[in-house]
Amino acid sequence: MAGMFQKVGEYAHGGMAAVRDALAFTGETACAFASLVVRPRSLRLKDAALAFQRAGCEGLPIATLIGFLLGLILAFESAASLRQFGVEIYVADLIAIGLFRELGPLVTAIILAGRSGSAFAAEIGTMTVNEELDALTTMNLDPVKFLVLPRMLAAILAMPLLTIAAEIAGLAGGMLVLQMMDVPAVAYWTHVADASGVFTISLGLGKSALFGLLVGLVGCSAGMHTRKTADGVGVAATSAVVGGIIAIAVADGLLAVACYMLGV
Amino acid sequence: MASAEDDLIIAEHVDAGYPGKTILHDVSFTVKRGEVFVMLGGSGCGKSTMMKHLIGLNPVLAGRLVVAGREWTWANRREILAKIGVMYQSGALFGSMSVLENVLLPLEEFTKLKRKEREEKARRLLGLVGLADSADLMPGDLSGGMKKRAAIARAMALEPEILFLDEPSAGLDPLTSNALDDLILDLRKREGMTFVIVTHELPSIFKIADRCVMFDRARHAMVAEGSPQDLRDSCEDMFVREFFARGEVK
Repeated sequence: MAGMFQKVGEYAHGGMAAVRDALAFTGETACAFASLVVRPRSLRLKDAALAFQRAGCEGLPIATLIGFLLGLILAFESAASLRQFGVEIYVADLIAIGLFRELGPLVTAIILAGRSGSAFAAEIGTMTVNEELDALTTMNLDPVKFLVLPRMLAAILAMPLLTIAAEIAGLAGGMLVLQMMDVPAVAYWTHVADASGVFTISLGLGKSALFGLLVGLVGCSAGMHTRKTADGVGVAATSAVVGGIIAIAVADGLLAVACYMLGV
Repeated sequence: MASAEDDLIIAEHVDAGYPGKTILHDVSFTVKRGEVFVMLGGSGCGKSTMMKHLIGLNPVLAGRLVVAGREWTWANRREILAKIGVMYQSGALFGSMSVLENVLLPLEEFTKLKRKEREEKARRLLGLVGLADSADLMPGDLSGGMKKRAAIARAMALEPEILFLDEPSAGLDPLTSNALDDLILDLRKREGMTFVIVTHELPSIFKIADRCVMFDRARHAMVAEGSPQDLRDSCEDMFVREFFARGEVK
């Protein structure tokens, strides 16, 4: 019994320490962003460009493929029901609203968490184990500014672009299915245009930028807090993916509630 | 006669360790300008922990630490770090940068030198440590000894007053280790630097150290201070005598 209480206490203590670390890291990152606004030249552009290439450009094929398949699946699954009522054309509305408002940013963010969040954690984690972070600190260089900001900026910028690519591919996937059901392309695109206003698209892109920030923050935080053990980097990469997906899901849930309350 | 101004490092009644775990208790010593000072002891005795305190990675648990004329506080951090250079056990070179870029980094961040001047200085430093031909290699392509020499070049880029070296001989063959000792002596002679070195390699200590302090894991304490010869020949402490006797250094 005493052992159980001890374990509960240890878990609680560990949990509190993790929350404290996460808050401290978020604060440090916010300060670093603020100083970047004051002195934009302090950004290591080369590192940010490299991180953007890896997170954005190299992630484009998988985001496009998953987006296309998502549109295809959505169209097939919804068309089966809607066809019974002779309104399969509304599949276009469903795909447009579903992709732009919700599924486009969400699925792309999960891809980003799996690809880039884990990569951020592994890169920074390896540097932690190799004492490179200590070296930065004793060289008077801020590891957050040096390593975290370029990656977070890359994630924030890459996410909307990946989301747009996934959404366009998803719409193309939906059109392919409806063409097989003899729905004219013009009718499909007209419905897509009617269903997706500027607000809907902006909301989705805003969400995707927020998800990018969360993926970057969780991934870099996991890397910075890597333990110097044999499995340290692996654990950091795993927790970056799991933590990133949880953060995305929680943020998406909160945004859904907020949108409902605001009636948008 | 040495004055107090010559004391680049002063440790007074320092408790070294981590929150909740004291590794060394009540440690006091000074390091004079131009000295090669060695922190010596067996594995786990706290010498690397003490170095982490000296270079500001961890705060001391108790006591007072003065480095390069300033007391180690958060407010003095930048001033102190500007006056020290550190070579880590693994070298800690940035893997995504070439050797030259590693040395250029502190020059780019903290000096107003022009690009050409920065590169000239970086190449001169690499020449000084015998890596002039390896400037464009990536750290992954270097041997252990080359990594350490490149790390010394990087640590020297901003002309620090004190150079901290963590286990410079660890993992090196005797010839490479000997060459590294020669480099340290050469740098002291040419650049007038002060070295603080953490090691337990006795041949290296006898070759390069002016003075050393010795820590004992069992007693959580500093047990001896003096020149390597003094510690070997005149120290009464049994642990010190045994340490030197087992090292078989004549």
